[in-house]
Amino acid sequence: MSDLSLSHPPLRRGSHGALRSGRAAWGLALPSTLLLVGLMLVPVALIILMSFTDYSFGDSSFSWVGLENYQALVEDDVFWNALGNTLRYVAIVVPGAVGLGLLQAVLVHNLRHGRRLYQLLLFLPVTSTLVAMATVWKYLLHGNIGPVNLLLEAIGLSKLEFFGSPDLVLWALAIIGIWGLAGFNMVIFTAGLTSIPQDLYEAASVDGIEHPLDRFIRITLPMLAPTMVFVVITSSITAFKIFDTVAVLTKGGPQGASDVLLYTTYLEGFQYLRMAPAAAMTVIFLMIILGLALVQNLLLDRKAGKA
Amino acid sequence: MKALSFKDIASHLVLLALTFATLYPFFWMIVTSFRPAQEVFTESYSWLPQTFTGLTHYITAFEQAPMLRFMLNGVIVCLGVLVVQLLTAIPCAYALAKFEFRGAKLLFGAVLLILTVPIQVPALPLFMALAEFDLLDTYFAMMLPFFLSVFAIYLFRQTFRAFPDEIIQAARMEGMGEWEILWRVVVPSARPAIAAFAVFSITAHWNDLYWPLIVITDTSLAPPPLAMMYFADNESGANFGALMASATVLSAPLILLYLCAQRQFVAGITMTGVK
Repeated sequence: MSDLSLSHPPLRRGSHGALRSGRAAWGLALPSTLLLVGLMLVPVALIILMSFTDYSFGDSSFSWVGLENYQALVEDDVFWNALGNTLRYVAIVVPGAVGLGLLQAVLVHNLRHGRRLYQLLLFLPVTSTLVAMATVWKYLLHGNIGPVNLLLEAIGLSKLEFFGSPDLVLWALAIIGIWGLAGFNMVIFTAGLTSIPQDLYEAASVDGIEHPLDRFIRITLPMLAPTMVFVVITSSITAFKIFDTVAVLTKGGPQGASDVLLYTTYLEGFQYLRMAPAAAMTVIFLMIILGLALVQNLLLDRKAGKA
Repeated sequence: MKALSFKDIASHLVLLALTFATLYPFFWMIVTSFRPAQEVFTESYSWLPQTFTGLTHYITAFEQAPMLRFMLNGVIVCLGVLVVQLLTAIPCAYALAKFEFRGAKLLFGAVLLILTVPIQVPALPLFMALAEFDLLDTYFAMMLPFFLSVFAIYLFRQTFRAFPDEIIQAARMEGMGEWEILWRVVVPSARPAIAAFAVFSITAHWNDLYWPLIVITDTSLAPPPLAMMYFADNESGANFGALMASATVLSAPLILLYLCAQRQFVAGITMTGVK
């Protein structure tokens, strides 16, 4: 559709309307490329190399130790405990935050009045300063005087020592995590719901699918599948990165019950300055994150391929 | 207007309950910042302060710690990071969107790969480099890792791709250089995406605890989350009201930003989903 007289001789048009001009393009991309190499590619390469050494911060030399750091981690109860706690936390937060976000999105989407107000208010935790709100939650969940426990008592249940009990501390952190994440998922689900064509529901009515739950299971959920994949994966990654609430509220306690992967790595690397084991843990963390991203790409590509 | 159906009423009831649970921590934080500590530490619950302490806790908070300084630190870091992110990501995104050049595929592949890699991964080497050059405990140290935003590159590339090539070529015919075309012709059309990214970036860095915790030991450089962590560590029952006053003050700027720029927030979040 382009006017041929506009195309300047040295600037031939490329495949998707792009303009060929190598030097100018690299001039534009250079600052970011340098940052990309200096702040990401080189550090990540160093992390991987470091995980095969015995380097400690401040050492003037190091030697290669092969897989020793990884072997030590495999035999280390602290590491397995931290990994297990992180996975347990993820296993609570992801269904909670995805389910709650979906519920909020569906309820708000079908309203005739007050959509914007509910969205405004339900999204508020996402923008709040988590560290500040964590100190609030610590008291909301306090074993004796916390309003949550007063509520439990009022409805005839017994009080729970959320932060004092090794069995409950991950649940307490998960409540904070779900509270902080549900609104984010709601917004993504809302965008997904908005893009479902209305005539699908009309066609379903013609076919006799009338019950709201039936419509939800047979039309809404399948149409939301790509959004669902995205939300589940991003929620998993966010939950996997849990650090702030542990650093501020529990410091891994009680008795290591809330030690999580990033917090243990942080202590190892930045408090005890044992760089090599910390590097090995970081590599494992990176593998998990990239693995999740890979799963997302495979699932979404397959979906796109089928369509 | 149709009357509310049973279904509508049920939806509203569930949503009101969820909204209540979502907002209750904010409510409790503000109420507690206006009531004496002994009221907090009793087992009888009251919705509102029995004794209203006015600004006492806020005055204590400001006297005990340089609250304005903490917020200024947050503002400096957020703005410094945002300016460099925009100045570097925008040209790169433009090159990726509108030029074909050797290595473009590789560069974009690297951007996509790094999109999911968080700060915790390159943290150790970056910390060691900053220590080596004696740059720990500086604003620069707090900002450095975030000068690169692959999310910005990705987002702006999507936006710029929709910009008509004909206008760019017409600008070239008039003898404009590539940088001039970018800043004067292309960027103005991308203002909504830039605003959404700005809000996203400011939120992320105002709230970040991890990196400042690593590179900052000098209290006077602490951004709000690090300051909040100091308070929480030193907290005692006696100044609990002051702790909540500090929490209110340090989280207020972002909440105000959110209430003013809600549309940009939602746009920014939604854009993360259009992959």
